[in-house]
Amino acid sequence: MSAVIEAKQLTSVRAERLLFSELSFQLQTGEILHVEGPNGAGKSTLLRIIAGLLEPLAGSIHLFGQPQWGDPECWRRQLLFIGHKPAVKAELSALENLHFQATLDGVTNVDAWALLETVGLLGLEDIPAQQLSAGQQRRIALARLWYSQASLWILDEPFTALDTYGIQLLHERFQHHLQQDGVIILTSHQPLTWSGDRLKKIRIEFQDDGELHE
Amino acid sequence: MNNMSMWRLLTTVMRRDLAVALRRRSDVVNPLLFVVIVVTLFPLAVGPGPDILGRIATGVIWVAALLSSLLGSERLFRDDFLDGTLEQLVLSPAPLPLLAFGKVGVHWLLSGLPLVVLAPLCAMLLKLPIAGWGTLMLTLLVGTPILSAMTAIGAGLTVSLGRGGALLSLLLLPLFIPLLIFAAAAVENALLGTSAIGQVLLLTGLMLLTLLLAPFAVAAALRVSVN
Repeated sequence: MSAVIEAKQLTSVRAERLLFSELSFQLQTGEILHVEGPNGAGKSTLLRIIAGLLEPLAGSIHLFGQPQWGDPECWRRQLLFIGHKPAVKAELSALENLHFQATLDGVTNVDAWALLETVGLLGLEDIPAQQLSAGQQRRIALARLWYSQASLWILDEPFTALDTYGIQLLHERFQHHLQQDGVIILTSHQPLTWSGDRLKKIRIEFQDDGELHE
Repeated sequence: MNNMSMWRLLTTVMRRDLAVALRRRSDVVNPLLFVVIVVTLFPLAVGPGPDILGRIATGVIWVAALLSSLLGSERLFRDDFLDGTLEQLVLSPAPLPLLAFGKVGVHWLLSGLPLVVLAPLCAMLLKLPIAGWGTLMLTLLVGTPILSAMTAIGAGLTVSLGRGGALLSLLLLPLFIPLLIFAAAAVENALLGTSAIGQVLLLTGLMLLTLLLAPFAVAAALRVSVN
């Protein structure tokens, strides 16, 4: 089995504070990595480094054996990043948001209505996103997961503001993605109700070296 | 990535920005009203004598245009930065300079082009002789894309700073001096009855150069800002 993503000796310093040093991990196809740690420990920073929004102080990341900055276009095509900011336009409706985002993601044949039904927003498609609840806005953002062809998903607190049904829906979608040899890296303060041996955990502590628990 | 899909991404970014702007009309209209109000204040402050007003008209209109472009600059990237859209644009497989060009284009359509249309009204309020109207509109037509592109560089650099407004004006206004000089000289020539073609062509060249290079600078600025 080949490694989908491999991070070696990552070190990051933000605001003159060492967040983590010499952090290494490797994920095979169908594995999910849960990044744990207290607030402000550097979980989001790690995710942003993997997504390519930030550069680490030291270390390297390889996706399918390709270095992170070798072919940025190809690299970005293979990953999907959803941060804690949902990238949903407050002035536009759910339908418009989905439509524009799908086109920007390079997917042209997306059935926006079916997607809305899947994420439970049918009937709310015409309302500007700013009038929807935080959980409903998060659902608009997460709808990208249902058409995404990226193999690596990087999700920062995806369960925030979702109700129990939404969380269950997301779990089912994750399961499906992992079965299709996808890889997920996520942060969450909720315990994952994951029952597989595919779950890896990594813990980032304050000014402590990241340790890998398997 | 082929040309078709690049073109589609460019138009999607532009259509989305236009759709958002149409839902927030005040953001679009306010900088334009600002220009009209500034221009209206001058006859009241300086006095209605046509000699003085006609002489300063070009300068007043252009300075008002510069200030209004700064006024509307926050709209360019601020919301995108706050709601996370900027991160997604940076992570898009499409070349970021292309997407930045699209955003500059929309900004110009909503702030620069209306100024060209408003120019005759402003010229009339300031009693600019009719001989200079055409040249004034021409300088605005080729000059405002430079304003939009340069403003985008500054806005991209300061978007993550919170209140970058004052810094932005300090950063950008000195860069607009050549623009002001050539535009004023062009209208001056037209009023004297000589050819203004030299200055207009020079401005056109400046515009083409700016539109060619600015998207790369904007892209670099945005990459730093999402960092």
